Amino acid sequence: MAVTLTRERARAARPRGARPAARRRAVARNLRAHGFLAGALLCFVLFTWYPMLREITMSFQRVHHGTTSWVGLANYRQITADPGFWDAWRNTLEFTGIALVVGFVVPFAAALVINELRHAQSYLRILVYLPVMLPPVAGILLFKYFMDPGYGLFNQVLHALHLPGSSWLAAKGTAMPSLVLVSTWGNLGSATLVYLAALQGIPGELYEAAELDGANLLQRIWHVTVPQTRLILSLMLMLQVVATMQMFTESFVLTGGGPQGATTTVVYLLYDYAFNYDKFNTAAALGVIMLLVLGCFSALYLWLERRGRED
Amino acid sequence: MATATRTLISPVQLSRPRGRRIYRAVLALVLLGATLAFVGPLYWLATGGFKSSQELVRTPPTLFPARPGTHAFTEAWSRLGMGQLLLNTVVYAGGALLFQLVFCVAAAYSLSKLRPVLGNVILGMMLGSMMIPAAALVIPQYLTVLDLPLVHWNLQDTPWVIWLPTVANAFNIFLLKRFFDSIPDELLDAAAIDGAGPLRTLWSVVLPISRPILGVVSIFGLVAVWKDFLWPLITVPAHETLNVGVNTAATSMPQNSLIAGLFLASIPTIVLFLVFQRNIMAGLTAGSLKG
Repeated sequence: MAVTLTRERARAARPRGARPAARRRAVARNLRAHGFLAGALLCFVLFTWYPMLREITMSFQRVHHGTTSWVGLANYRQITADPGFWDAWRNTLEFTGIALVVGFVVPFAAALVINELRHAQSYLRILVYLPVMLPPVAGILLFKYFMDPGYGLFNQVLHALHLPGSSWLAAKGTAMPSLVLVSTWGNLGSATLVYLAALQGIPGELYEAAELDGANLLQRIWHVTVPQTRLILSLMLMLQVVATMQMFTESFVLTGGGPQGATTTVVYLLYDYAFNYDKFNTAAALGVIMLLVLGCFSALYLWLERRGRED
Repeated sequence: MATATRTLISPVQLSRPRGRRIYRAVLALVLLGATLAFVGPLYWLATGGFKSSQELVRTPPTLFPARPGTHAFTEAWSRLGMGQLLLNTVVYAGGALLFQLVFCVAAAYSLSKLRPVLGNVILGMMLGSMMIPAAALVIPQYLTVLDLPLVHWNLQDTPWVIWLPTVANAFNIFLLKRFFDSIPDELLDAAAIDGAGPLRTLWSVVLPISRPILGVVSIFGLVAVWKDFLWPLITVPAHETLNVGVNTAATSMPQNSLIAGLFLASIPTIVLFLVFQRNIMAGLTAGSLKG
């Protein structure tokens, strides 16, 4: 192996078919490079790309006594005829909506405030990130205990302050916001730290200039901070939408999709169809619909992002 | 405390008496609020196991355990089979980490420095998969691991089912490749002139300077497996992870042992975080800034 990388590169740059020896060496170089790539590539093929194709084909098939047949759109018709399908989407959108309002604004505000503090910054950083490091089920079950309508800590605190208690997870109207509370508590740390890092990249002169122009605090936030962090804000927004649309663990652990299906999300329904009703093909159809919806959303995001950059 | 960087509020404003008063009030409020919101629940988690089940549901709640006992912890340990759950999770997370390090590093190195034909297409396809919502692919992935194409192995309830899919992590490859891209080619060429092949170059030139990024990838790899729920729930039902096992046993346990169990289950990652918090914070920034 005395061939040096520099020489290899020089050869690769030369026009094709220069010399058979050079070509042989280029082939060897490529084989070696693909050898390094092979392990990861195989895993991508097996666990991402192949399953994706398989999900699409599966969604047009059905298995009957071990034989697979094509059934056209039957699975799609079945899933969309289920009233639970529309409920699941409504619930998911409700969760995503509330989770965005809370989970987007709170971390940004927290980052803004922490960034202004001259003391205890690292303490606060560790604090907000602690819940992110818990096994999710531990945090979720802890909140289940806090949210008990009877002896739960939350209601006891509310009563102590002479405020009315809430039924939290037990009532249809409050179940989803309660899940948002749990999920936000568990996850807002990472967003906060990302924003904090972005805020620290803003040059101080911009604030000084804005101040000289007579901008007050809110104007400085709106005209300096937000535009300066726009890219990271919009990226996090998209990632958060995609993540919250896949909510499953919180419903599964806390409410089992109830009360009266109020917290059954799309992924929960998908899980139900596959593992409780044993209808894998219908579940695959739901998976494809999910891919399409989130795919459209991602495309829309990229398009807006590009337009925003051109402006 | 002279901070050189200027933020939203000017140092002049802060140093005025009024500014200083407001600053102190905000600081106190934030510290109090954040401690209540984030340490409060954890305090409850840590002390709840020392209370009796009756005390846990008492009104008004008690701040300190009235008669602290460790019975709940021993019961939680045995009822949950905590030792076994912990061992399973360590095996899953450790193996996944090892596989990710070997295969993702090799792939990123190849894409960054060896640059094979079609390398950019492959990279593009890998990055494209970051857009795919993982949960939407769970069904075909599950069916695939039940009967692996061509070889027809059933991986269910083996550690492989956790280990191998974690390698297909585009974000890791992206982070590693970006770091490798920043290593000057001259350095590698020098190694090559000394007669080192690509593997040797990777091992003794690239890896030693890549320690920070390797740390980041490792920690996030570990934590991801530790926190995962849906995938281990369906693929390793007979050898559950901590996260899934605690949930399975939750309904049949007395309140205080459950809380004790949750606390025990939380210790490993909390300790990991407190030890490696510097690297973790750095990793969050590295991963996000360029998106």
